Order: sequence, then C-alpha cells, then structure tokens
Amino acid sequence: MDWQAVALTLKLATLTTAILLCMALPLAAWMTLGRSRLRPAIEALTALPLVLPPTVLGFYLLVLLGPRTGPGRALTALLGHPLAFSFTGLVVGSVIYSAPFAIQPIVAGFSAVDHALIDSAYLLSASKTRILITVLIPLAARSLVTAAVLAFLHTMGEFGVVLMLGGDIPNATRTLSIVLYNQVENFDYPAANHTALLLLTCSILALLAVYSRPARLFSGIGGSRD
Amino acid sequence: MIEIDLRLQRGNFRLEVRCTLATPWTVVFGPSGAGKSTLLRLIAGLDRVAQPDSARIAIHGQYVQDTQTRLWKRPGSLPGQRATGMVTQQSALFPHLRVLQNVTYGLIHLGESARRQQALAMLELVGAAHLADRFPRQLSGGEAQRVALARALAPLPRLLLLDEPLSALDAGARDQLLLRLQPWLSERSIQAILVTHDAADALATDAEVALLHEGKLTALGPAGTILAEERARLLSRLAPKTKPRTGAKFKTK
Repeated sequence: MDWQAVALTLKLATLTTAILLCMALPLAAWMTLGRSRLRPAIEALTALPLVLPPTVLGFYLLVLLGPRTGPGRALTALLGHPLAFSFTGLVVGSVIYSAPFAIQPIVAGFSAVDHALIDSAYLLSASKTRILITVLIPLAARSLVTAAVLAFLHTMGEFGVVLMLGGDIPNATRTLSIVLYNQVENFDYPAANHTALLLLTCSILALLAVYSRPARLFSGIGGSRD
Repeated sequence: MIEIDLRLQRGNFRLEVRCTLATPWTVVFGPSGAGKSTLLRLIAGLDRVAQPDSARIAIHGQYVQDTQTRLWKRPGSLPGQRATGMVTQQSALFPHLRVLQNVTYGLIHLGESARRQQALAMLELVGAAHLADRFPRQLSGGEAQRVALARALAPLPRLLLLDEPLSALDAGARDQLLLRLQPWLSERSIQAILVTHDAADALATDAEVALLHEGKLTALGPAGTILAEERARLLSRLAPKTKPRTGAKFKTK
C-alpha cells in the first residue's frame, strides 16, 4: 500500500471539503434567501462539473492556471510556483470539480426549511447571516453532513482532473486513484485490489454513516398534542 | 395610523385597497380568498411588489413602501425594519429552539437578563409562562399560537398584524386572551390589525372593521354598523326555535 498516497488523498479530500463547506454555506443561503435574477445562471454554473467530462475541466484548468495565461502568471508570481502540477493546483481543481456535490445538497436542505420560519426570523429583525446561522444550518444539518460526505468521497476518488492538472508526482499530486491506475497499468493486480478495496470500504462506510442517521429530530412544529 | 394604497394583480386575483386605518384595533373581515392575508403580508413587507403593480404604505406617518419611488430598496423598508410583529394561523415557531429561546429571538439587542425577563413577561401575558422550557413539538396547537403571539409582542412592535392567530384556541380562551391583549396594546400605543373570516371574532373586539371582498375594500367603519347583517344572522342562529319541526315526534311519559 502506498501510504504516502493515502495520506495525500486524505489531506486533499479534507482540505477540499473544508473549503467547499465554507463556500457552499453562504452561496446556498444567497440562493435560498435572495431574489436575484442571477440565481439560474449561478445554479447552472455550479452544476456544470456534474455533466462536464473531467478531462475537459482538467484541460481548461491546466491552461488557465499555467504560465500561458494572465491569471496563471499572476498566481505563479503570487505563490512563487505554478499552480499546475502542484498540490495547491490540485486543491483548486478538486474544489471546482466537487463543488456540485457540496452545494446541491445544502441548497436542497435550505430550500426544504419552511419559509414561514424564515419570514418569522425576518420579522424579528434577523439579518441574513443570523438566519443562516440560527435557522438554516440547524434545520438543514442533515444536508450539511450529506454534502460533506459526498464532497469528501468524490474528491477521494477523483481521477480525470487530478491526472490532467496534477500529473503523477509522488507526495505532491499522486493520489490513490492515480496509484490504482498505475498498478493496473503495471498488471500488479493484487496491489490494485488492495487500493481499490480501500477506496470501496471508505465509500461504503461513509455512505452507511449518512443513511443510518437517526430520524429527524425536529419534525413537529406544534399541534402534536391536538 | 396606517395609510395603505395598493393596486396589484396576482394571476386572476386583483387586490385594490386604499384606506387609512387610524383606530388602535382594526379587524379586516371577509370570506376566504378575499385577499386578507395578502394585505397583511404586504403591510409586513414579506411580499414583493414590482411594476406594473403599485404599493404605497405608511406606518405612523413613515413611508415603508412606495413603488413609485422604489422606497422598498431603501433602509427602513425591509420586514425587520418596519417594527411590525406578525402572527399567523401557522405558529411558525423555530422547532429546534425552546419556547423561551423562541420568544427571546427578536430581543438580541437586549442584555441576557433583560431578554429573559421580557420574554417571561410576554409568556405570562399570553398565559404560556409554564411552557418556557418546552420545545415546540411538545406544544398543542393552541399553546404554540400563544407562544407565537408572545414572540411577536416581545420586541414591542409599533404595529401588530394578526392573521387568525388564535384559531386553535376555543372561543372562550380566545375571547379572554383578546380582552387581555387589547388594553395591553393600547397602553403601549401598539396598533393592531386582526384578520378574520369569523364575524363573532370581529364583533367581540368592538373595533373598526374593514370589509374586504374579492380583493376590494367595500366598507370601513365601526363593527356594529359594518357587521350589522352578520350580527343579525348570528343572533338568529342563537334564537330558540318556538315551533317543533314538521314531522317531528315527541315522546311523553
């Protein structure tokens, strides 16, 4: 087992999930509470990685983050190294590629919160930030867990974007899915089996944790005794 | 004093209301679908009005909405900035917060002890102080409505909007609560608008009545005058029957 790749994959998935949750919460709140006409465009944009081939996304990110473009050169000057073929670049690519898996469950969870509760909070002079923290997040906690698990697992198993953007650099961009690909290419099936089994076990355990959560804690709003 | 000038279209429904509500307690009376709840939501600022609809609403002389001048985009026009409390049939208590936390939700500007004190006083007023530590799922419909009323009253709004807020209470408890509430609001100069389709509710409060029918304000005046016909109908229901029904048989021992 390539433990270096395991550690790198876990680090990448953890960082990506944390960044995505920080981004997805305000974005989902804006989509739920706002009345902007830009909402369909933003929704389409955030869902794009679901339908886009990973290699296409990886290619454009490679070009955009590489030394041939203005943004790529600016980022290189800022960080001191190019983003392409680096762990940081991999994080950027993973965040974009896994975004729908974090954003969509949270938007669905927030949208399922009874709008009468949001109206009540507005009337009690709550700001949108306060509504997010005190109403939306507690009532959509399940969606947050689902989003985190899906984003984490999706990043762990990511292959196309990683290969296009990061290549295969040990301890920098070589993740478990790249290791698995290399093992199969070298006909090292027993090692490939171990790697694949590890990824499969992680996925099954995480999904079991998501689906075996206790029933909704806050199901009733009055009237239960009538 | 509330000045209202609304003209808007929602599908096939047209709402046209132009009036000034000057009395401390106004009852908006009308059948289901007359536009009563829409009117209240517009006053509260919960529904958006865009051209070609028009809305002009002033609360105590201050315009909180004026589509002609796009006032709804300015500070002071958002629902939380109108100093308006609203209670609807659906109590909409935050299910993850205890009753006391629900009532203190709108009191964030106060210190912790002042917040608790004010919330308990409001719960006492509506007869729900004993429910302070419960979660909304542990309340009956009537109890939840009492708590929702306490929550809306706690920040001491200048206008209280009540959309059939006590429908889950029995008539006796409802009348008792309204009778306790009216002088309390009056002492604090809080104007109230109560929406109902029940003539008995409208008559019990002895307020000014605005009669709404199919989106149009058809009458505005004292309850006794505006609802004279409804009062007569209610009284006729209560009148004892003097003649036995045709074909009815009575057993005598």
